[in-house]
Amino acid sequence: MSKLIADKVNVYYGQSHVIKDVSLEVPANSVTAFIGPSGCGKSTFLRLFNRMNDYIDGFKMTGSILIGGSDIYDPKVKIEELRKKVGMVFQKPNPFPKSIYENVVYGLKIQGIKDKKILDEAVERSLIQVALWDEVKDDLKKSAYALSGGQQQRLCIARTLAVGPDVLLMDEPTSALDPISTSKLEMLIQDLKKNFTIIIVTHNMQQAGRISDQTAFFYLGELVEINQTRALFTNPQSERTQNYITGRFG
Amino acid sequence: MTQTEVELHQLKLEVVNMWKLVSEQMKKSMTALATMDKKLAEEVLLGEKRVNQAEIDIDSHCENIFALFNPVANDLRLVLSLLKINGSLERIGDIAFSVAKFVRKSDGYNYDYLIAQTHTLEMFEEASDLIIDVMKAFETENTQIAQDIFKRDKGLNQLNRSAREFIINYIKQHPQEVEECLRVLSIFRKLERAGDQSKVIAEEIIFYIEAKVLKHSKK
Repeated sequence: MSKLIADKVNVYYGQSHVIKDVSLEVPANSVTAFIGPSGCGKSTFLRLFNRMNDYIDGFKMTGSILIGGSDIYDPKVKIEELRKKVGMVFQKPNPFPKSIYENVVYGLKIQGIKDKKILDEAVERSLIQVALWDEVKDDLKKSAYALSGGQQQRLCIARTLAVGPDVLLMDEPTSALDPISTSKLEMLIQDLKKNFTIIIVTHNMQQAGRISDQTAFFYLGELVEINQTRALFTNPQSERTQNYITGRFG
Repeated sequence: MTQTEVELHQLKLEVVNMWKLVSEQMKKSMTALATMDKKLAEEVLLGEKRVNQAEIDIDSHCENIFALFNPVANDLRLVLSLLKINGSLERIGDIAFSVAKFVRKSDGYNYDYLIAQTHTLEMFEEASDLIIDVMKAFETENTQIAQDIFKRDKGLNQLNRSAREFIINYIKQHPQEVEECLRVLSIFRKLERAGDQSKVIAEEIIFYIEAKVLKHSKK
């Protein structure tokens, strides 16, 4: 399982210095929450781990990001291989306009896997992992769009899991969901961390408190404080952290 | 102010009002004991209802804050501390009440000698002062004042031990007055407990301000 290490990372979009000298470690098989006000850089920092920022004009990074000991910004790294290992889930569920089955196997098929037995097993395994199998197993040909928002989000996670990642990046995965779906997804995240390393960006302080082992507070591109979640929420070391989590600003 | 700040401010005011009420109860109870004033004792007995109601109201307010505002960090420590301080103040209120009950029921025996020799009124004064001073520590968020409470409580404990020794010896010499002696002993033991409650409150104030847990530790 992979530990993630960021060492003296700076990110620039053109002249704009958006991430300032951030170093942190994400332990394997844990959930780390990134919190902070809008525009603080937490989503930008999240996207460093699967090199999604590479597509942004003017993006430049200094420092290093290691996953399992390997520098993912090494020129020899194949981005497609990286993204098999580092999956991402977005705020708005984004299933493809295909069946439930085709959504889950999509990543495997584009890798060239055609064996139906392998694909069927991957579908069952992934849907069980996200606690969706019992709800959809009798109609895998149903359109993904026919699922509820919470089910669609779990399907997107299943799709990510099917290709066998070690790391899951989640950018506000429950902010578009109702409270019950949110609760189910949070339970899923707690379950998934046994086998995956998870980073979640969230605006919901209580969610960070409920599900994360470690919380990192970002502000204006800086990492202000990172600590075990219980310590950060009961006795933050920085006054800025205290003011943010108590709602005095942000 | 955010809504959370408004609620916390309101909660603090309620607790300070309860503090003042309990402090007043202790003062009246002490005066009632000093002069065996049954009328004053009756006032304390009636006042106990207000103390009990205040405790219930504050508990309920704390519960609402937890449920609705999810306090964290210093806000969480504040609400936790006030919840415990509330309980301690109510217990001090009970002490004032039970001394007043003693005065109301007193049967014509002259307790002046026993009260004087055991320094009960000095203990009462110190226990009452501790309550006021620990309130100052809270209002000014001054942990130094809170720390001083620990030493002073030790002083109160010492007075208590001396008083107990006197009563034991007195009972040996005057066994026919054992009931009256036990009543006086009961009073100063309660005062010693009042001092302990002020110490607990001081610990909670330090927990709130400095996030340090001093319970069960050497201070």
